[in-house]
Amino acid sequence: MSQVMIKDDEVDIVIGALQSDLTSFMEEWRPVFSRFHLIIVKDPDLNGELKIPEGFNLNLYTKSDIDKLVGSSSSISFSGYSCRYFGYLVSHKKYIISIDDDCIPARDGKGQIIDAVAQHITNLTTPATPFFFNTLYDPFSKGTDFVRGYPFSLRSGVECGLSCGLWLNLADYDAPTQALKPDQRNSRYVDAVLTVPTRAMMPVSGINIGFNSELVGPALLPAFRLTKEGKLRWETVEDIWTGMCVKVVCDHLKLGVKSGLPYFCRQERGSAIESLKKEWEGVKLMEDVVPFFQSVRLSEAAVTA
Amino acid sequence: MAASKSSTPLLKDELDIVIPTIRNLDFLEMWRPFFQPYHLIIVQDGDPSKVIKVPDGFDYELYNRNDINKILGPKANCISFKDSACRCFGYMVSKKKYIFTIDDDCFVAKDPTGKEINALEQHIKNLLSPSTPFFFNTLYDPYRDGTDFVRGYPFSLREGVPTAVSHGLWLNIPDYDAPTQLVKPLERNTRYVDTVMTIPKGTLFPMCGMNLAFNRELIGPAMYFGLMGDGQPIGRYDDMWAGWCTKVICDHLGLGVKTGLPYIWHSKASNPFVNLKKEYKGIYWQEELIPFFQSLTLPKDCTTVQKCYIEISKQVKLKLGKVDDYFNKLADAMLKWIEAWDELNPSGASTGVPNGPAK
Repeated sequence: MSQVMIKDDEVDIVIGALQSDLTSFMEEWRPVFSRFHLIIVKDPDLNGELKIPEGFNLNLYTKSDIDKLVGSSSSISFSGYSCRYFGYLVSHKKYIISIDDDCIPARDGKGQIIDAVAQHITNLTTPATPFFFNTLYDPFSKGTDFVRGYPFSLRSGVECGLSCGLWLNLADYDAPTQALKPDQRNSRYVDAVLTVPTRAMMPVSGINIGFNSELVGPALLPAFRLTKEGKLRWETVEDIWTGMCVKVVCDHLKLGVKSGLPYFCRQERGSAIESLKKEWEGVKLMEDVVPFFQSVRLSEAAVTA
Repeated sequence: MAASKSSTPLLKDELDIVIPTIRNLDFLEMWRPFFQPYHLIIVQDGDPSKVIKVPDGFDYELYNRNDINKILGPKANCISFKDSACRCFGYMVSKKKYIFTIDDDCFVAKDPTGKEINALEQHIKNLLSPSTPFFFNTLYDPYRDGTDFVRGYPFSLREGVPTAVSHGLWLNIPDYDAPTQLVKPLERNTRYVDTVMTIPKGTLFPMCGMNLAFNRELIGPAMYFGLMGDGQPIGRYDDMWAGWCTKVICDHLGLGVKTGLPYIWHSKASNPFVNLKKEYKGIYWQEELIPFFQSLTLPKDCTTVQKCYIEISKQVKLKLGKVDDYFNKLADAMLKWIEAWDELNPSGASTGVPNGPAK
């Protein structure tokens, strides 16, 4: 399978900084990040200076930049995890990869860093196959193909708009699940990428994603926030909401959404039980929100994201 | 960590293993440690006068063409001849709740640690745990050890639905169609993907019959493998046909279909030129078949598998008869299959008569 060549300057890596000391995070990712331009957006609620090591090609945005661009309008909040959406707004690149600042690269069996950015780029630049499920997963991966019975007319696939990666160690569970299984760690490396079929809904986690901003950028808006949204992932659903919007848009525009590789290694932070003590509306809201997304139909006239 | 040390139930009195064969059953020796507790149903294709030897120590019943003709009488021609599609006769005569079917060129595979894979045990795990067709879980099957539903997965959907089908995969020779085999004769599937997942509602897939298990009580009558082989214009679409009908019915009845583990080791690459002759009509017919199945809706009053299947056969005649007369014959055969199924499996007789040998 030929490696799709894309220019490094077509890619932005957007990082929402929710912690002030990014040194170890950046150093872990240096072998992967050094080729690319980075956009780091500091959580406007975070006090103090960010600590960022030297030697990266980056632009840093802080509260003052955010206020300058969007004013003090209260309709969009970029605080907490939503700060990265500001990065999406200011980027001019075609491909955007977003990584939470508590993730480090995963390593393969030989201890080599897995280049997650390259995998996202591969996912985004090879076709997706949302209309028929291939039982050998991504047919465009090396060493595999479409299986017997896969209609030929569907084998050229469609463009991929979104690439959703996964997490080793601390998987993206909600607070009740993590509180119930405090020692559960994800150690299973599932060596596959697959296209999530059209009309299938899924929870898109913002921890590890890549997208084609020309195709789906406008659909990634931090529109949905819990009134008491916190600074830990399991106290947010902003990415879940955004993800469902993107999936509906992709289904309508006949674009693909892939899920699977790459894996990051996600590190410990926070206490799930502490999070449970807060009023946890996200669960109830999902029950109303999901039937809406499952039944929403976009008009024929809607041809862009 | 929850006590996952409870071993998977054997289900040895609730599961039949159905094996179609035209050659021999030597492959069973390798499977002996895993298959010996179970009852086998051997469907012998081809020349009925040939004697197929079953390795000692297995409990089995064997049916050849003469038996099929005797048992089904005038309906016997719905069962294919000279094609592994004949295996569905085994599903019909079984009296068990679960079926596992495997081809005679499929052997025990090894996982990446080198351990031999008990494919049957994994199929049982898949069938005994729920499926999640209404919302895709990005960590795949949430009921497996070491995983769960991810953040954002609606709680109201976390009970899942009963699993009707478990579709396994193949290492070594992948299940490619003839054109792909011709272009890539040396490609081998070496990637062990450690996952099981539910295929979402509304999505069709190519169901391969080489390594397949299902809950016969939930979906059995939908597993008709069509008219293939001798005297038919098409081959190698038997399992595809059954898979599309099964998936539409499962989606309608709220049942789940899983795919992924277990892997078996597929040893024999069939001749691509022979395959091409069998498949070529299927390759261009499927361009009509897929939109047909994708747009198929079943009325609310189709509340049983049989009713769904009969409705599908009506639609096949109506919409596919014009593609080729083969589909008219297939629609008739589908009805014959359901009649034969109901005769051999009268409803309410869940205990059934003891399963004796074929002769």
